[in-house]
Amino acid sequence: MPGKLKAKIVAGRHLPVMDRASDLTDAFVEVKFGNTTFKTDVFPKSLNPQWNSEWFKFEVDDEDLQDEPLQITVLDHDTYSANDAIGKVYIDIDPLLCSEAATRICGWFPIYDTIHGIRGEINVLVKVDLFNDLNSFRQSSCGVKFFCTTSIPRCYRAALVHGFVEELVVNEDPEYQWIDRIRTPRASNEARQRLISLMSGELQRKIGLKVLEMGGNAVVGYLQCFDLEGESGLVVRAIGTASPNTNTHSNTAPASNACNSPSKDSKEATWAMFKQPVLDISFPLIGVLNNQFRHFLFLSVLSGMGSGGSAGKEAGPLKTLLRQHTQSALEQREFPFFTLTCFPPGFLVHVGGVVSARSVKLLDRIHNPDEPETRDAWWEEIRQEIKSHAKALGCHAVVGYSESTSICEEVCILSASGTAAMLNPRFMREGCLDAGGSDHRLSRQPCGFCHIPYDEFNMPFPAQLTYCYRCRRQKVPDVLFTTIDLPAEAAVTGKGCLIQARLCRTKKKAQGEVNATAISNLLPFMEYELHTQLMNKLKLRSMNALFGLRIQISVGENMLLGLASATGVYLSALPAPGGIQVAGKTPSDLNYDQHIATMQKRINDTITKNKELYNIHPPESTEELVGSPIPDRQRSRLFRSTSESSDELLELDLSHGKKDAFVLERGSVTMSINMFVSSGFYSCNTEVMPGIYNWTSGLQMFTSVRVYRLSNANLTNQGLNKIFTELCENLLKSLYFKLRSMIPCCLCHVNFTVAVPEEELIQMGAVRLNCVCVCGCVFVCLFVSGSGENEDQLQFSMELCADSTPSNNQPTSKPSVSSAERCSPLPEGRSRSLRSTRSMPCGAPVAVVKMTPLSFLPGTRIVKYLGIINMFFIRETTSLREEGGVSGFLHCFIAEVFAMVRAHVAALGGNAVVSYSMKECVFMENPNKNQAQCLINVSGDAVIFVRESEQEATPPLMSSGQISSTGADGTT
Amino acid sequence: MSMVLDVFVGNTTIMDMDIYQLWLDGLTVREAVKARMDQGALLECEANAEVLMSDTMDQFRTFQLCERLLHSPTKLANQLLFQIPSQHQRMLIEKYYEFDSVFAREVLGKKLSKGTKKDLDDISSKTGITLKSCRRQFDNFKRVFKVVEDLKGPLVENIQHHFLLTDTQARDYAAIVFFANSRFETGKRKLQYLSFQDFAYCASQLIQYWTTGAVDSMVEDMDVDLEKEFLHELKDLKVLVNDKNMLDQHKVLVCAALRGKIKVYRLMEANFKVIEPCRCDRWTLGEVTLFLTQYTNAAHGLGTFSRQVVWDRYMGVIRSCILRMYHE
Repeated sequence: MPGKLKAKIVAGRHLPVMDRASDLTDAFVEVKFGNTTFKTDVFPKSLNPQWNSEWFKFEVDDEDLQDEPLQITVLDHDTYSANDAIGKVYIDIDPLLCSEAATRICGWFPIYDTIHGIRGEINVLVKVDLFNDLNSFRQSSCGVKFFCTTSIPRCYRAALVHGFVEELVVNEDPEYQWIDRIRTPRASNEARQRLISLMSGELQRKIGLKVLEMGGNAVVGYLQCFDLEGESGLVVRAIGTASPNTNTHSNTAPASNACNSPSKDSKEATWAMFKQPVLDISFPLIGVLNNQFRHFLFLSVLSGMGSGGSAGKEAGPLKTLLRQHTQSALEQREFPFFTLTCFPPGFLVHVGGVVSARSVKLLDRIHNPDEPETRDAWWEEIRQEIKSHAKALGCHAVVGYSESTSICEEVCILSASGTAAMLNPRFMREGCLDAGGSDHRLSRQPCGFCHIPYDEFNMPFPAQLTYCYRCRRQKVPDVLFTTIDLPAEAAVTGKGCLIQARLCRTKKKAQGEVNATAISNLLPFMEYELHTQLMNKLKLRSMNALFGLRIQISVGENMLLGLASATGVYLSALPAPGGIQVAGKTPSDLNYDQHIATMQKRINDTITKNKELYNIHPPESTEELVGSPIPDRQRSRLFRSTSESSDELLELDLSHGKKDAFVLERGSVTMSINMFVSSGFYSCNTEVMPGIYNWTSGLQMFTSVRVYRLSNANLTNQGLNKIFTELCENLLKSLYFKLRSMIPCCLCHVNFTVAVPEEELIQMGAVRLNCVCVCGCVFVCLFVSGSGENEDQLQFSMELCADSTPSNNQPTSKPSVSSAERCSPLPEGRSRSLRSTRSMPCGAPVAVVKMTPLSFLPGTRIVKYLGIINMFFIRETTSLREEGGVSGFLHCFIAEVFAMVRAHVAALGGNAVVSYSMKECVFMENPNKNQAQCLINVSGDAVIFVRESEQEATPPLMSSGQISSTGADGTT
Repeated sequence: MSMVLDVFVGNTTIMDMDIYQLWLDGLTVREAVKARMDQGALLECEANAEVLMSDTMDQFRTFQLCERLLHSPTKLANQLLFQIPSQHQRMLIEKYYEFDSVFAREVLGKKLSKGTKKDLDDISSKTGITLKSCRRQFDNFKRVFKVVEDLKGPLVENIQHHFLLTDTQARDYAAIVFFANSRFETGKRKLQYLSFQDFAYCASQLIQYWTTGAVDSMVEDMDVDLEKEFLHELKDLKVLVNDKNMLDQHKVLVCAALRGKIKVYRLMEANFKVIEPCRCDRWTLGEVTLFLTQYTNAAHGLGTFSRQVVWDRYMGVIRSCILRMYHE
């Protein structure tokens, strides 16, 4: 179905000098969409051309509108030789296809060249006229809205959450085509950028179609990834959660939680299939299948299980019914997955724990780009695995779901993880949310989600259960790990903090299948050790739950890196964690015993200190409610299985619950004790910092990238671990130092990414390692109340300044001469001109665009979502040294990427990007040839926000009240 | 293990003005780190040398990337690459165009050419300002000079408009441009004791009253070139010195007016040579003021003297310049 795309080229500014002779440029512009190209006239001899072109009109299918970007090329006209390209602008016109989003794109865009970076700016105006499409066999999906935000966007209400949508497209990477040998780097980069832009457009369209089929109208938590598989091609995949969002104005808050307990009667054990203890986590299934290695791992850690037997007596037949309904509703879907991490209140009934699966694959060439079946099948397997794990935990859904890959040459690790959970069935049924409040009689509990969803007697793994410390009726696990954000209703004691586990494992350099086998053999041990580290650090901080857990395992030529980050909190509903005990391997030696004793003391001191630091003072419970229902027989079996789990360094015993004895070996103790603490700084990787509620609107988003080179000498496991830990700690320290002017502040949504880039030209004795990339966002949160007064004072003094300036600037000051002796025949006009205050130059200053990885901006209200920003850039240089080395090059490139994102948002009429993330940052260098190349993929949601008044700086949590208020004010 | 790459980029560009000053002073990263350590930067945030190094490198890199924009400050406000709050922008520009008056004094009156640039290392060693900083200051002078050279309108305003400087800074730059253009011999031994600020004041006086722009405000170079016609007219004033009769008459009048007020006075041979004799005799500033006032007024009393307007224009500037220059 046709639509009409109109574009107008208005002007350019700050263009580079293209003609050395005249120091000027004869610029003109080519506007291309699909196969149609228009040109403007040449504007001779100017660095600030005014084209003011006519409207260029493209009549195209809306399918193309979704797939293709508008391509604007600025060139320098040359009479005798070929025209030189100055640079390009790609404009994604997708936001214009939704009736509610932006209406036009208009503004200054940086002109970008993959070799030279930003070279001037161009002012463009774009509009789309869309005709209604009534064809039911259409291939386009205009009108489906996409959000990167992993919660229900602030000015919308979800009428119904459908569930998981996924799609994957593959193509050959232009960088590896034969033609790349003869074309210029610029042409090859541009081909790549264009292809990826096309592919992501196509991907969005296909996902949109799926959503329409399901009856939805939006995708939230849209996550798109590129797998640069090198020789074997390029894969773009995306997952999201389909849901029809309504922009309703109704003030009815979504109804409260319907079930506060799982139905006790339905112990059909359909969802407790795995009975073996999961804590010896690994059961690698390695099978050779078409030259591909499969390895699945199940890490579903420590969540409680078994529904609390006698509790919840009020569970009536109604709830059984509800439950059955949920199950059937969800089981109809292939994958009951949700990419959301933050939910409307009452959506989550119970949370089981983290489920994850990994698989090692050997890549082969993609033969037919139109049938990406192999890749599809891989992910299908993993998702099935996740689904079965969730089932084992007694959960029918997975929330906070994400997928990732790590590729090194032809080996690829596919990982998926999420949190098993039970959801409120009402959100699955049509119209339920709108009806609202039909089940109000069931009160919502702040501890509900902590209660175990599984059957106590069919626990998939050993865990210590206690009665909930809040309601005292349901069972809760001793520790809870999740990948989601802290639910708004959760009761927390004290503050949270960032907890990281870091791990390096060396492996032999190998090829093909041998390599893949080696990796899959290592994986389970890494998972186990990461988990142990997390556990220890959690206990050391005397916390009992992890949120936003993200485990990244990346593969390099001769090592594997694991990095787990999460935000630890003390959930009031869960029991207090036990202490940590140090045990030596040879307890006979007296000196050694002393050493152990001091160690133990240090640990205890640290725990006490941390309790102070994070303000954790749980109410001491005198009555011991712990009743472990696990029969002794079973328990002994658990002991056996853990000791069999074969890690000689660490022994972990989780079966003691409250009086937990954590047995640690010395090395790991020092590692975890020596953590860096800086006053006034808090950090977490979730959206909001648990325990801190007074945010100010000061906001600073940053990206930091570091690359280290390791020498071969210390390539032992322990040496590497030490180095890796130091790197991470140093990076955090650096960040704190950089942002010291913002104290007290909190680093939110800190997102660590590690990679072990492959290096083809390894210099003797040196291997490239870790590219640690942090993308976070900093808030200033003032703990002092009455910040408004300060502001007033500041304003006052500024006014004073403004008053005093003109009087200081009297034209001449002759202190010794009285005014009567004025000997100046000076024209009065001149003195006036001297006195004139400075004014900023012609042209309005650039509008400020805020960027944040969070889904909200503190102290503000988002009034409109303008569309998704999804951009891919390549930058290459052949004069690395001249650009200030690798750091200078990358610094400039990242700044350029920010600039382009800001320009696009501003052109859409927005003033902020929320849910911003840098998905990909691949850096390659060749210092010998003075070359470097970098690829960056960023995404986010363009929004318009308005400031709330200072008083209303409420915790920007996803509370029901806020939803209704934003819904009421939402624009149409 | 070594760090190959270390980058920190904020959406809002973070700039530490203390480090900016170190950068402007032409310090290397290593020197800057040392300077910051001496200032006690390590006490903040439990930083260590490594952190400080990385932070300094990062800031220096940011400034380097910004430097291109600072060359044409008007671009800074509407460029898209860095998001810098406007008060920071103003500060960046202001500090970038700040200069050491010691350095300015050395360069004053010299031609802003490549040749002078080569002599910068001499000036650097003489003044103790790093060569890098000297280069920046010199390039700033040159850049401002180049831009304003062919523009119409008042000099100070042009500088302000194109470089967004503060009033005082713009005036100082105007003085530099003025001297660079007319190349007064400011390097004379007798004038060594005068500071840049003295000259800047004189320049502003000259610009205000003696240039073409003082009469007509729409001429090219109006504030740079002295008005030719006025210079011609000045020749007529020489009668005061050359004509014996007139000189005597003038002397008498001045002496009469001053009698009793100044203990020691000498007959002035020529009006240009006021300062030195006065300095020799240790006149007070008040006495000099009085003398000059009478000297000016006395001319009016000369019946045969016809060029009153030119005389006032001439003496007005001379008077204020002399007063300014009259110090130790």
